[in-house]
Amino acid sequence: MDIQLTEEQRQVRDLCREFADRELRPNARRWDRDHEFPAAAVKQLGEMGLMGVAVPAEWGGAGMDNVSYALAMEEISRGCAGTGVIMSVSNSLYCDPVLKYGTDAQRKEFLEPFARGEKLGCFALTEPMSGSDAAEMRTVAVRRGDEYVLDGTKNFITNGPQADVALVFAMTDKAKRHKGISAFLVPTDARGFSRGKPDEKVGIRASGSCSLFFEGCAIPARYRLGEEGDGFKIAMGTLDGGRIGIAGQALGIAVAAFEEAVAYAKERKAFGQPITQFQAIQFMLADMATEIDAARLLVLRAAAAKDRGVRHSAESAMAKLFASEMSERVTSKAIQIHGGYGYVKEFDVERHWRDSRITEIYEGTSEIQRLVISASVLKG
Amino acid sequence: MDFELDDTQRAIQDTARAFARERVAPAAAENDRLRRFPADLIRGLGELGLLAVNVPAAYGGSEAGAVAYALAIMEIAAADCATAVTMAVTNMVGELVARFGTEEQKRRHLPRLAAAEVLAGAFALSEPQAGSDAAAMRTRAVRRGDRWVIDGAKQWITSGDVAGVLVVWARTGPADGGGGGVTAFLVEQGTPGLQVGRHEDKLGIRASSTVALSFDGCEVPDSARLGEVGQGLRVAFAALDGGRIGIASQATGTIRAALDASVRYARDRQAFGVPIAEHQAVAFMLADMAVEHDTARLLALRAAALKEAGRPFTREASMAKLWASEAAQRAVGRAVQIHGGVGYTEDFPVARYFRDARVQTIYEGTSEIQRLVIARELLKDGASRG
Repeated sequence: MDIQLTEEQRQVRDLCREFADRELRPNARRWDRDHEFPAAAVKQLGEMGLMGVAVPAEWGGAGMDNVSYALAMEEISRGCAGTGVIMSVSNSLYCDPVLKYGTDAQRKEFLEPFARGEKLGCFALTEPMSGSDAAEMRTVAVRRGDEYVLDGTKNFITNGPQADVALVFAMTDKAKRHKGISAFLVPTDARGFSRGKPDEKVGIRASGSCSLFFEGCAIPARYRLGEEGDGFKIAMGTLDGGRIGIAGQALGIAVAAFEEAVAYAKERKAFGQPITQFQAIQFMLADMATEIDAARLLVLRAAAAKDRGVRHSAESAMAKLFASEMSERVTSKAIQIHGGYGYVKEFDVERHWRDSRITEIYEGTSEIQRLVISASVLKG
Repeated sequence: MDFELDDTQRAIQDTARAFARERVAPAAAENDRLRRFPADLIRGLGELGLLAVNVPAAYGGSEAGAVAYALAIMEIAAADCATAVTMAVTNMVGELVARFGTEEQKRRHLPRLAAAEVLAGAFALSEPQAGSDAAAMRTRAVRRGDRWVIDGAKQWITSGDVAGVLVVWARTGPADGGGGGVTAFLVEQGTPGLQVGRHEDKLGIRASSTVALSFDGCEVPDSARLGEVGQGLRVAFAALDGGRIGIASQATGTIRAALDASVRYARDRQAFGVPIAEHQAVAFMLADMAVEHDTARLLALRAAALKEAGRPFTREASMAKLWASEAAQRAVGRAVQIHGGVGYTEDFPVARYFRDARVQTIYEGTSEIQRLVIARELLKDGASRG
């Protein structure tokens, strides 16, 4: 057992922290206010290798491990949670499955430029009437000669407004239910593809999400990822990794709020002394720090399990569940410590609180995580 | 970064787990009911090397490290917290002697503690009017030539009656505000002037012994002094940081016991035509217990790993102790809830877990003391960064 980071992991973390302090933190409030996609910062993330952290260098990635990825997610999200999710979708939900299930030809076309950050991918699983229950999806793909024709609607697709390619899940054999789902790489300039207007969200407003529409959308058969019927397996395996990314994001949001709460509490005076002198404040800070550390250990454990190549569904679900719920508690306490200032936009803690809320919902709600974990406990 | 156990750690864990299942668990309910100190189990732990896990082999210890120690406590505590706390205090005394003792003290005390030749060690710091605030201590030791005379009273002393050797703290000079003026001594059971007082009638951990002690002109030679004159609180605080890992580990074991019992019961018990495990209300409680178990375990093992690496671990030990002990309260509460009415009877072990867990947020530094330590450390460092 060795809980120290390696030299490489430490360097990645420090590099990301510095980048976040320099490029993200000063701009995050404006991006949030204006619902602005941070195009320049995303381009820089690509140049740093952060859009494909665990993708091998031969396919355009940084060739690092998943622990490094989790650390990077924390640091980037600490600077800007919206930027964090853009990065997470690229890494976990797009590059990871294309690397794992793609042919070399597909990797060349659909991975390399994405891992380098030159193009942006998205993951289109959720539908208006099918969220956590993926087997209920209505989008269909019908084979016609050398093509598949897709029809249906996907919802809440992060990176959807900007994506060059969407990894789309569709039914190829409805009778087989979840075993009849297949995955497709759909370029967003394909005929029959269109997007809805960007969603107006409570938080993570620097990242865009929208509906995707497929109306007789034809793509070459060679754009199918994996075999017919592999879609559900690909989606679920991908989400195990995605949950590590979101757990890292939730952690980063909490750390930002915690640091700001500490700084504020040291400055702010009440009853003649800094409020850090009051146990009521000290104890909130102690609880926040403890929960943050507990969450980080769960996140790093899940990432380390992924690096060892062992099944990590329960570990990822635990990390995601705990980190996201922790993040909501910690950001709420940060507002409490700021008092009235925590409720206004001159400070960032209200944004952190809004940003944290989504982490309990996307890539598997807290309820789905508890289902995964309880199934594992009851089996064990 | 590697969360996997090494071979020694795994071996200690397996040894402790087997002993816990075969010997400790079957006796726990009866020992609890009768408030019976499990001397045979303590001797068994000694034979397995579990009473001096982190003590050098040259003095009879297992020399397996702080992580292995935490793992061993988790396993024994999952079977019985009372046995685990007795084991933890003996280990703590052994580590203190190994760290601060003279060669003569180490040779005299460590092999006997390790092999359970004396049944236990004890840690006599708390007093009727000085718990968390150790600087308020009133027991005093006065030097007479090459001897010290100790007078005063101690309270809440785990194993105070069965211990062959007790670490006793006494004031030897004026309090200087910085925790000075206190010295530690190794006092052997049977020393004239040392009297065992009342046995506490406790809510939980009833198979462990908790007593009051009085010192009335109790004389010890200067060679029984542990550490330098006036350095006693430094000795005590060093022990308490490690002790907190012990209680965090104990609480982690409690959570696992509560979870395992709940999983078994939820699979068997039917309601509305299905095992209650199939109701999300129950399944989600199990999920939350599992998550809290893993967080507690990771925090405890992180603190232990830092200790083992010789790095500072004060904040981490307090975090582990605070989190694990409070998570244990929630876990045992859920376990009773899942069991329903039978959870409220002593026919099932969860009632005992529920009682045993309660002390964990109190002893070896209350939750409030842990939060003070954490806040002090983090306001010093500025931020919580790993």
